Amino acid sequence: MIEIDEDLCKGCEICVAFCAKDVLEMSDKFNKKGVHPPLVVREEDCNLCGNCMLYCPDLAIVVAEEEESG
Amino acid sequence: MKLVHPLMKYVRPGAISTATCAGCGDGIMAQAVLRAIDELELNIDDFVFVSGIGCAGWIPSPFFNADTLHTTHGRPIAFASGVKLARPDRKVVVISGDGDLAAIGGNHLIHAARRNIGMTVICANNGIYGMTGGQVAPTTPLGLKTTTTPYGNVERAFDLCALVEAAGASYVARWTTYHARGLTRSVKKALTKRGFSFIEVLSQCPVQYGRRTGVGNAVAMMKGYKENSLSVKKAASLNEEELKNKIIVGELVDKDSPELTEEIEKVRRIHE
Repeated sequence: MIEIDEDLCKGCEICVAFCAKDVLEMSDKFNKKGVHPPLVVREEDCNLCGNCMLYCPDLAIVVAEEEESG
Repeated sequence: MKLVHPLMKYVRPGAISTATCAGCGDGIMAQAVLRAIDELELNIDDFVFVSGIGCAGWIPSPFFNADTLHTTHGRPIAFASGVKLARPDRKVVVISGDGDLAAIGGNHLIHAARRNIGMTVICANNGIYGMTGGQVAPTTPLGLKTTTTPYGNVERAFDLCALVEAAGASYVARWTTYHARGLTRSVKKALTKRGFSFIEVLSQCPVQYGRRTGVGNAVAMMKGYKENSLSVKKAASLNEEELKNKIIVGELVDKDSPELTEEIEKVRRIHE
């Protein structure tokens, strides 16, 4: 699963550009800083490579395997 | 369940939002350094991070929740040498920019490498003076139009890795922010290496370099690093013409040589 801390995002779009599976897109909304944060649109395509997390200059993205519930 | 970034535990509360511009490569470097410390399972309290003036000086200070020393322009290696000599048990890491380490502080860099003092120097090389408005630096590529070279830069750029290698460092590597995984590997090696270790990281400055010179935004600059870089192994088989404008990435030097604080300790024991 991918979690984005939208208020840490500065809207550089590196995560969107370097996602191998085209999972992310920039959203239309504004965050606290007044920029457009990315949005997870195709999470089912994500292969957990972690590129977005690795390249995020602001530590705003976390990628982790989904914990099984129950 | 809300996920917490695994490296957030090393970030100083109150400095969680980085001081850098959107898309700045320094954030990727900061993450690579913290990840290396995390993967090596080292205690960040055993470190002393020293930085100078410039954008990259903000990578450890105040961002890292550790002992940090934010020093005068060009002098982080001089301060770090003092820290290492007074407390040889500490891991001393200098993180600063090319303008700080190679331009104004160039002499400290070569002499620290010559002495082979046990510290790690990580140099963010953005090829320009970013914080002051995009002036030409000793690391600016030939021909580049900056605010102070409107007709193109006529000076050759410094090859920092070759300089430090010639001065006698134990470990030298070069990476770009695109090669964040390789960079993390090298930081891990540098932190455990005896003697002076130096890592040059080509880090994009989308505001003063990308925008002013027409190279493009952070994404375009990182794609440029990807397309223009070659591994050390691949570069070995190419001639000078083929290597023109290419970035050679990887480990350039990894050797064992006497370390300064250990040599001082030996002398001290003899005369005790």
